[in-house]
Formats: sequence, structure tokens, C-alpha cells
Amino acid sequence: MSEMVLDPAKAGAHGAQDDMPFHVREHHPENGTLLGFWIYLMSDCLIFAVLFIAYAVLGRNFAGGPSGAELFDLPLVALNTGFLLLSSITYGFAMLASQRAKLGTTLVWLAVTGLFGLGFLSLEMFEFVHLIHEGAGPQRSAFLTSFFALVGTHGLHVTFGVIWLVTLMVQLNRHGLTEANTRRLMCLSMFWHFLDVIWIGVFTFVYLMGVLP
Amino acid sequence: MAGVGTLLSGVNLIATIVKMRAPGMKLMKMPVFTWTSLCTNVLIVVTFPVLTAVLAMLSLDRTFGTHFFTSDFGGDSMLYVNLIWIWGHPEVYILVLPVFGVFSEIVSTFSGKRLFGYTSMVYATVVITILSYLVWLHHFFTMGSGASVNSFFGITTMIISIPTGAKIFNWLFTMYRGRIRFELPMMWTIAFMITFVIGGMTGVLLAVPPADFVLHNSLFLIAHFHNVIIGGVVFGVFAAINYWFPKAFGYKLDVFWGKVSFWCWVVGFYLAFMPLYVLGLMGVTRRMSHFEDPSLQIWFQVAAVGAVLIAGGIGSMLVQFYVSYRRRDALRDVTGDPWDGRTLEWSTSSPPPDYNFAFTPRVYDNDTWTDMKRKNYLRPVKDFVAIHMPKNTAAGFVIAGLSAATGFALVWQMWIFAVLGLVATVGAAIIHTFNYKRDYYIPAEEVVVTEAERTRILEAANV
Repeated sequence: MSEMVLDPAKAGAHGAQDDMPFHVREHHPENGTLLGFWIYLMSDCLIFAVLFIAYAVLGRNFAGGPSGAELFDLPLVALNTGFLLLSSITYGFAMLASQRAKLGTTLVWLAVTGLFGLGFLSLEMFEFVHLIHEGAGPQRSAFLTSFFALVGTHGLHVTFGVIWLVTLMVQLNRHGLTEANTRRLMCLSMFWHFLDVIWIGVFTFVYLMGVLP
Repeated sequence: MAGVGTLLSGVNLIATIVKMRAPGMKLMKMPVFTWTSLCTNVLIVVTFPVLTAVLAMLSLDRTFGTHFFTSDFGGDSMLYVNLIWIWGHPEVYILVLPVFGVFSEIVSTFSGKRLFGYTSMVYATVVITILSYLVWLHHFFTMGSGASVNSFFGITTMIISIPTGAKIFNWLFTMYRGRIRFELPMMWTIAFMITFVIGGMTGVLLAVPPADFVLHNSLFLIAHFHNVIIGGVVFGVFAAINYWFPKAFGYKLDVFWGKVSFWCWVVGFYLAFMPLYVLGLMGVTRRMSHFEDPSLQIWFQVAAVGAVLIAGGIGSMLVQFYVSYRRRDALRDVTGDPWDGRTLEWSTSSPPPDYNFAFTPRVYDNDTWTDMKRKNYLRPVKDFVAIHMPKNTAAGFVIAGLSAATGFALVWQMWIFAVLGLVATVGAAIIHTFNYKRDYYIPAEEVVVTEAERTRILEAANV
């Protein structure tokens, strides 16, 4: 396209300089962290997709062992779900506080979020230990294998989320609501809400549909 | 962990390509290599999670007695085959898409012309990216999924040859009426085009499910696979090494040994793998150590001669590296533009300074460097400013080392070491997040010194 006219003013949205038609004096590319984190979350979503597929294929292969209807304690799972959903709301409050530049309030809401997360994990551990004691461990049948894999992987994600949360609280305490920390807060926020969305799928697909005859 | 590592690199490269391009470089002005890299990394992000998950599931089956893929307690081994190929088939496109980009750059450079059909090249790449996710079942037509499922995957497999064929035609039309220079990268490219077309055609044959029932697991399949991977990916990597070596190391590779390696490889390849097509058609299956029929022997002997020639090709390439290193002063690339290149990397010195470009280039056209040369571009020699740079960090290396150690411990079932390794890996990542000083500035004085040195070298070379 040799007919294209050399026009620096048109080409450079980044501060056109007439004396330098082929260069920009200082170039400040956008930060790609949030986009990158989104892409990471979508790929993590695919890990869960594989585990959901495994559960869809294997979830009714009881191999003579117990079924979901016999094992699942729905009130307990409801409480668990409540913990996780509430933790998402409190994280939202933390984000609101951070946007109003209130470091103390942000930290308090983050702590509450972490406690809800720990509550969720404790209940899940209780459920798992209980199942294994009943002889319904992951080795019992393909159904239980895929159940433990899916729910366990979600739990592992929440565990990492809590570790990240504590780390970030230390860093917030140390450096305040700097640009880097706000970005990290935003990434963890996306991660935390993402785990919530996955849990809704787990709750519906594994527990609610699992107790159907 | 390898899955996670690859995935994170993919995420990084996508975000970089999408967010950090030079001003003026719209998506449709990116070099084709950048496009194919982008599509490759998209494929990485959508397939490697599947590999990570399926490997974790398989490991759980093998070490903890779970029942994903076992044949008792309700496991399903077909689930494994499906999942591994949902990753496995896109993976071959992850291999070949980047070298499609390499060939596009090389054909255009050594024909002295713009790439023919840039837009169709980009669309072909995107279509291949999408279709590669819809063909995995062709690896196991014989599993018995039924006629309609097999037909679907047979047809998608055949369709994927269309954008690939479009690319071949684009390269041919780029060469048409070009002033072709038969340097080593171009020679590899031409060898690729001929070889890959043959491999592509046998691939379409295999995509027909009834034919596949006959050829499944035969040496015909083996020949096809090596035909596209060696003729495509391996030749492409060699083309790329010969093309970008001077940019990375500052001197060209030796031509004589490069040509010896080229001819050994190409002739050796045909001798080694064409007989396998014949053998496959005669019913020889893979992974057999012994055959009763002596009439088959001659084909195996021809293939063995080919294998020896390929070994000669590998040896010559090592000699090529050694000789080039010894002759590096004679082969030195002082201009930074040894091939009369068309894209921006050839506008800076070889090897480039830490900051790549003293000023970020402005992009008006595809083949930006050609565009700049045509408009009598003058290298800036004054008014340099400090350049903002990311700091080096050992974190990536440390985490990779710890991950490798953890993986080793897991493979050999050393549980204590595995747990320690995992904790150390996560710990190293957390420690890295406490490092807030991640950037620095190269002072303008240093840029002035570096650029003055380049001016001196360019003047000495009289260009």
C-alpha cells in the first residue's frame, strides 16, 4: 500500500511528535494484567469443565456402592453454600471500601471474607472425613472418584484463595492501597467471585441433581 | 505443573500481543508470525487445562487407586482417550501454526515482495485455530462411536485442509514473479511446501473413516504423522533458526554446512518415510519387531538408509553451528539487516540492545521496516531519553526448578519431597509477590553510548 500517505498526526494516538515520523518519544503501553487474569480464569474454567464432564460421565456409576441420594446431607451443603455466597458479598464490600480509599475498612471486610472462606473449607473437610469414615471414599466407585475430584478441586482453589487473601492483607498493611495493590485486589476479587460461580454449578449439578432418584 | 507453566506463558503472550503493540500497529498490521503466535497461544490456553486435568486424574488412578479410567468400579477408559485427544489434536496445531508464521515471513522476505493475501492468511489461521478443536475423534474412529459421530469428525478433519491449502497458495503466489533468493531459510521453506502438501493429502485420506479403519495404527499413519511433523514443524524450526540466528547472536550461520545438512535431511526424509506409506498399505502395523514376509524387507532397508542420511543431516547441523561459531567474525552481521528484511526486528542491531529500540517505532503499514526504508528513514542519533524497563528476576527460574524437583518427586512417589517441593514452589511464588520494585530506567546517557557505538559500526561498514 505505497499510496498510503505518511501522516504522523493520524497514526499516533500516543502523543504524535512532528519531528519523529517513525518513532514515538515515549511509549506507555497499557497494563495487561487484568486481561491476562481474565484469560487465566477462563482456562481454569476449562479444568472445571473437564471435571464436570468426568462427573457427568461417571456420576451414576455407583459400582454397587452408595449413591448421592444416600450420602449427601443437603442442609449441611446449604449452610456451606451460604458461607461462600456471603464471602462474595463481603469481598464486594472490601472492594467498595478500597475504592473509597479506606484501608482499615478494606482490611476488616477482607478478614471477614477469609473467615467465611475458612468456614466453608471446614464444613467441606468435615463432609469429606465423614464420607471416608462411612466407607464412601474416592476409591469406592467412579461416582465417588469424580465427586471428590470435582468438589476437592474447588476446595483446593478456595484454599489457595485464602492463602492469597492473607498474603494480600499483609501487603496491603505494608504498602497501603497503591496502584499495584489495587490491581492485586481486583485480581483476587475476580478469582473469588469465579469460585462462587463454579460452586453454584457444583451445588446444582452435583448435590441437587445428585439427590434425585 | 508443565501444563500450568505452559498455560501461564500462553496467557502472558496473549496479553502482551493484545495490549502492548507499537502505536499504529493495528491487529491487521501485525506480522503474520505474530498472528500465528497469538492463535497458537489461544490454543494453548484452551487445551492445556484439559491436559493438566486429565494427567492429574490419571495420576490419581495410578497412585491412589481412584476410578476415573479403570475398567472396574465404574471407570471409563474411553473418557481418557477422548480427553487426552481433546488436548492432543490441538497440540499438533500448536506445533505447526507458529512455523506457518515463520514461513510467511521468510517467503515474503526472500521473494522481495509483500505477502500475497495477508488477510486470507490471517483468516485461515483463525479458522484452523477453531477447527483444530473439533477434530479430535479422528484419532480413534475405530473406537466405535457410530457412523454419524465418525462422519462429523471425518468432515471437520477434511475441512481443516481448506484453510491450510489456502496458505500454501498464498505462499506460492508470493513467490510468483518475486525475485527469489535461495538462502537457507528459503530452501527449507520450499522443502516444507512440497513435503507438507504430500503429508496433507495423506491426512485427508486418513480422514475418511472407512479408509481409516483399514489404515488405523498402520505404518501409513506413522508415515503421515512424520510427513507433517518433520516436513512441517522440524523444517520450519530449521528455517527459523537459519533466518533469525544472526538477529539473536550477531552472525550468520555457515552456508556450506547448512546446505549439506539440508540435502541430507530432505533426501533422508523421503527415503526414510515414503517406504512406510507402501508398507502401511501392505498391512504393516506400528510397534512390531518382527515380520515373516521377506518381500517387505527391501522397504525397511530403504527406510534405514534414509534414517542414516537424516543422522548425517543432524550431524551436519551441529557442525554448521560449530563452524559458524569459529568463523563468527567473517559471518558477522554489522547492519542488523542481513536479509533485507521487512519487519521491525531487522531495523535494530544484531543482537539487539536490552531495550530493543531506542525509540518505540511508529507503524503505518504491514512490513513496517520495508516501508521505513522506502521512505528514506534515518536512524535517530540524538535526543535520547531514559527507557523504562522491567527488572530481571530469578523468580521464574527458581519456581521452575522447584516445580521440576516436585515433579520428579511425584513421579518416583517420594511423598515427603513432593510435599516439601510443593510448599517451596508456592512459597517462592508468594515471596516473589513481596517484591514491589519491578522496573527501572536505562539512563539516557547509556542509550547515547550504545547508539553511538552502533553509528560507529555502521559507518565503518559503510552503509
